[in-house]
Amino acid sequence: MKEGRPRSFYVLAIFFAAYVLFLYGPMIAIYVLSFQGPQGGLTFPMNGVSTYWLTKLFQGTGIVDLGAAFRRSLLLGVIVMTVTVVLSVAAGMAFRRKFKAQSILFYSAIASLIVPSIITSLGISLEFRIIDDLIKAHWNENFETSMGLLTSGLGAHLTWTLPFGLLIMFAIFNRFDPRLEEAARDLGATPWQTFRHVVLPIILPSVIGIGLFGFTLSWDELARSSQAIGAVNTLPLDLQGLTTTVTNPDIYALGTIISAVSFAVITLALGTIHMLNKRQAAKGSDAGKGLV
Amino acid sequence: MDTSEDILQRTSPDLVRGSDKARPAKAARLSPSFVSWLQAGPMMLVFLAFFLIPLVFVVIVSFWDYNEYQLLPAFSGRGYTDTFEGCIAQLPDLCTIAKTYLKTLKLCFLVWAITLFIGFWVAYFLAFHVKSKTWQMGLSLLCTIPFWTSNVIRMIAWIPLLGRNGLVNSGLMKTGLINQPVEWLLFSEFSVVLALVHLFTFFMVVPIFNSMIRIDKSLIEAAYDAGATGFQTLVNVVIPLAKPGIVIGSIFVITIVMGDFITIGVMGGQQIAAAGKIIETRVNALQFPAAAANAVILLVITFLIITMMSRIVDIKKEL
Repeated sequence: MKEGRPRSFYVLAIFFAAYVLFLYGPMIAIYVLSFQGPQGGLTFPMNGVSTYWLTKLFQGTGIVDLGAAFRRSLLLGVIVMTVTVVLSVAAGMAFRRKFKAQSILFYSAIASLIVPSIITSLGISLEFRIIDDLIKAHWNENFETSMGLLTSGLGAHLTWTLPFGLLIMFAIFNRFDPRLEEAARDLGATPWQTFRHVVLPIILPSVIGIGLFGFTLSWDELARSSQAIGAVNTLPLDLQGLTTTVTNPDIYALGTIISAVSFAVITLALGTIHMLNKRQAAKGSDAGKGLV
Repeated sequence: MDTSEDILQRTSPDLVRGSDKARPAKAARLSPSFVSWLQAGPMMLVFLAFFLIPLVFVVIVSFWDYNEYQLLPAFSGRGYTDTFEGCIAQLPDLCTIAKTYLKTLKLCFLVWAITLFIGFWVAYFLAFHVKSKTWQMGLSLLCTIPFWTSNVIRMIAWIPLLGRNGLVNSGLMKTGLINQPVEWLLFSEFSVVLALVHLFTFFMVVPIFNSMIRIDKSLIEAAYDAGATGFQTLVNVVIPLAKPGIVIGSIFVITIVMGDFITIGVMGGQQIAAAGKIIETRVNALQFPAAAANAVILLVITFLIITMMSRIVDIKKEL
């Protein structure tokens, strides 16, 4: 069956292009608008070009302490990323054998993914409130709160990132050839050596993908943080707070900065994945390819 | 002379584990099920502490009493009676909670229908029309990257386009189609649906693409060879085989929209009531049992929708 591209190809290609424009168009608009001149407003046309609003942001606009929020979000993002990678890889390995509670863990992850965020967030906040009340009643009357960025906040983010990590691990091991491990075992490798020198190098590109999900989902997380983060705000929460009082382009400037971090992380991760894949292709096994 | 065990060891080492001297004794003593627990345990603990127990607390607290500033741990149905206040007295008019849920379901249906349409065709294009693997990867990535950026920013991004003096309004005024700016473009149900579609079509594209990429291309050729038209092939071959992806995508989109309060808040100018918004409002008023009661209601409705949908497809088999 040999034929040129059918007409449906062109129709769908235009449809796809329109979808991509719909995805990126508005985002690009605010990146451009954050370079408004000092007199510029919230909409086009541009009123001069400057970095006025971006520099103003770094000097502190007086509305919120963005520097502190930035550091908090970064810290939380890095911790969430690390925990997500380690726990997902470990649990992913466990799922390759049958074990008790396998389906409980699986359904917990799926449920955690699809139960509306506000419910999870409310539940965590109630849990910590009740813990606080218990501590106050039984141990320490002056106790303030156990809620915080790295307790309830971290937990809330993990309920969102871990399911993604686990699902990615499933996808990896669906394509993984167990004979490679058997070969390593036959050559006398310990389970840890097998993992460290055989399994990990092969799955590493996808593990970096899990890290990418872990960081970016935490960096932009809002719904689960809303009730569970405690007294301090993360950067997205501050940004959301600003939306109710939008009057000048500093909100766009903040959006641009947050996105710049996201894009830097995305580029770094994708670049590393690409490099690892190339290295695997160049230095990887030639088994099954026959004699040259 | 080799002993028979040595020969066996050489040909098929797995059978004679006991004689494997390279394996440290310690590792051999860990039973496989213990290792599984070590590996899966930490993740299970996180879900237990931050998801399952919190859900239990939501249910418990929904039956507690409350006053202006604190929780009272005593059984009370007040969270629920407050929520359904006037639902019987006002009949045949609908009470607030019923109206809110109807509105939420309407938004949900609109967003579901639009994301399904867009998601299906985008996935179809990627799976069947893009032939080169590199292009397929590149274009999928293009669809995924916005998912890794902030949702709030992607909402705010509509302001310069849809606002009173935004691009759309000024464009329409220039062409003379309208005389004064259209008001319903921003902070309206329209902008809420638009933003939800913008944010969450991704959740449709991925599972549908996943199902489509697994369809054996020769099935489609067979359909054509047997004389089926493009439309017949689509309806009788592609859609049934892509159904698992369609159902999974639909579950994602529906549950996200049912519980959403941020997009509806920001894009609706904090004026549109929705199931998730009620919970937020109650929490802000420190009425935790009422918030929890609403969360339980939302959970039950979401669960019913998912159960109905998962009747159509076995989720576990598809992952």
